[in-house]
Amino acid sequence: MSVAPMADIRTGGAAQFVKRLASARELGILIALLLVILAATLTNPNFLFSPDGFRDLFLTPSLLLLVAVGQAVVIITRNIDLSVSSVVGLTAYLTGRLFIDVEGIPILVVILAGLLFGALLGAINGALVAFARVPALVITLGTMYIYRGLNVSWAGSNRINASDLPRDFRALGTEQILGIPVLTILAVAVLVMAAWYLRNMRGGREYYAIGSDPDAAHLYGLRVTRRLISAFVLSGALSGLAGVLYAARYGTVSSAAGTGWELQAIGAAVIGGVAISGGVGTLWGAALGAFLLMTINRALPILGIHDFWQRAVVGTLIIGAIVLDRVLAVRQRRKLIAQREEAS
Amino acid sequence: MSATAHADSPAASTAPTFADYARPLWRRVLINRESAIIAILIAVYVVSLVAVPNFSGPLTITYLLRDVAPILLIALPMTMIIVTEEIDLSVASIVGLSSVLTGLLTQAGVPFLAAALIAILAGAVAGTFNGFLVTVVGLPSLAVTIGTLALYRGIAVGLLGTTAITDFPEAWTDLARANIPGTPVPLIMIAFVLLALAFGAVLHFTPFGRSLYAIGLNKEAAAFSGIDVGRTKFVLFIASGAVSAFAGVYFTLLYSNARGDNALGMELQIVAAVLLGGVSIFGGRGALHGVIAGVLLIGTVGSALRLANVTSDVINVITGLLLILSVISSSLLAWAHNRRASALGRRKGVAGAVASAT
Repeated sequence: MSVAPMADIRTGGAAQFVKRLASARELGILIALLLVILAATLTNPNFLFSPDGFRDLFLTPSLLLLVAVGQAVVIITRNIDLSVSSVVGLTAYLTGRLFIDVEGIPILVVILAGLLFGALLGAINGALVAFARVPALVITLGTMYIYRGLNVSWAGSNRINASDLPRDFRALGTEQILGIPVLTILAVAVLVMAAWYLRNMRGGREYYAIGSDPDAAHLYGLRVTRRLISAFVLSGALSGLAGVLYAARYGTVSSAAGTGWELQAIGAAVIGGVAISGGVGTLWGAALGAFLLMTINRALPILGIHDFWQRAVVGTLIIGAIVLDRVLAVRQRRKLIAQREEAS
Repeated sequence: MSATAHADSPAASTAPTFADYARPLWRRVLINRESAIIAILIAVYVVSLVAVPNFSGPLTITYLLRDVAPILLIALPMTMIIVTEEIDLSVASIVGLSSVLTGLLTQAGVPFLAAALIAILAGAVAGTFNGFLVTVVGLPSLAVTIGTLALYRGIAVGLLGTTAITDFPEAWTDLARANIPGTPVPLIMIAFVLLALAFGAVLHFTPFGRSLYAIGLNKEAAAFSGIDVGRTKFVLFIASGAVSAFAGVYFTLLYSNARGDNALGMELQIVAAVLLGGVSIFGGRGALHGVIAGVLLIGTVGSALRLANVTSDVINVITGLLLILSVISSSLLAWAHNRRASALGRRKGVAGAVASAT
């Protein structure tokens, strides 16, 4: 008799409410995204219906999507990675240098090199955070300076120009398959794999555990150090891939490539429902957040708002997202307490 | 010596004592993080005097202090915020915002003093918004200030666009660039010294300042001790906003230039300098003299390297390395201390068991 009401609470009210809440956030962002596209298209049909417009809708957010997914994994473990922008810049320059210095190097090798280099930079971050037990904010602040400084001193005043890169590689940035850009397909493929890993594999679930309560995770026997390093390696590798694709997309790579991307990525993740305090959020939300941010940036001029106000819009969205998170969390806690009171 | 004396008393053998004053005064004052940073600063300065050409000229100090003054100013409230285990990343955006407001109001014909005061008030309002979100709504300050960093910078850029306002009353720009008569020290240092004395007095000699350390060490215990944690943090964010806006007015006058992206990225330099100065990112630890030494150290290193014709990217790499080394060193020191303490405890434990058995 007493078991049935208990089971009710566990699988009935509370769990269902939480599940609805989680899916509501991603759905909300998707609806917001569609509304923005609708508003922009109504004002200027070329936003969606011209071939350029349709392509840019998918192409522009693709690179940020990769960085935001990596950032989301790190934020879920209750850390932060400010160095992603410098990793993007470094690997973009590395890509150009590889094509210039090594004759006839296969594109796949360059992509792998970028991935591995980014992973190495991320591993440095992860090792410092995991072993020195210093907050990731400080470590990645320092590595952001260091990596960017290395990038600038390596590049000097040189720039990689589009003519330095092989045509096949540049084609990656502009080609489409069935109307959808190749870069977007790549980014979405990575997103699907990463999201599946985080949802269904033990390693992925452990990220959530570590983010919710690092001490409990440690006491439970999870290899927190190893997982933390892997989270940063993943973030670095994805930023590295984004850097390689940056070179493919834009052709011109200066030493300032990727500047400011860390804030955009954090903003995208936060808007997409990944809580800064860790343990909450999905990669789909972060991806949708990246899409929303970039689409709003493109839609602002069409809606008559000068794109100087872009950053203010991003800031308002971030603040709105975390206030919303807080309000919902408080309300959920009250409901759960009320249900527990009802049952007893 | 006094620790072992304590260990003899029966109460101390069961409970650990907090041997805060166990070390003699000269060790407490001279062997700590702040003294280490001051020593490194003096060492770097002396080495630069000798090794770098033109470093010993009078202009060096003038330019160094002039450029580093905004960071010195903002590092004061930032220290207090980090001691309470919060952070304010929006300071540079408030500098930019106050710079833009000063420029726009001056352009509209408002007398400069009034424009500056309105800009400082706007900074205080920005700080109030930060404080409201952190203390009343209860959001983590990292997330809030990342959002307001974008928001305030966005408002600054949105108001001014890509244009810059360069027309400011000469009397005021000359004042910003003037030195104390007869010395190479810029006039702004007077304002800084006054503020530093005020902040230092509050932080180290008032109950309010002690409460900051209490909040940083253990927020719940502080709340239960009767400290109004929310109001304290609120006040700190308002102070941070106002001081950042004042630094913004000075920045505008110094370069005679009001742009939306003034002081872009300065918040990271300020946090790096504060952490270098011995303030723990976990809160509850730190002193102003260490922070001032940290800011001056970064300024001196940058100035010396620039005069030695080293490019600014290498200076950035060195700043990053300094930051990482400083936080790792405190981790290493804590680890070494723990190992020594546990070894000591084990030895004492055995001795205590033997003593109590006999």
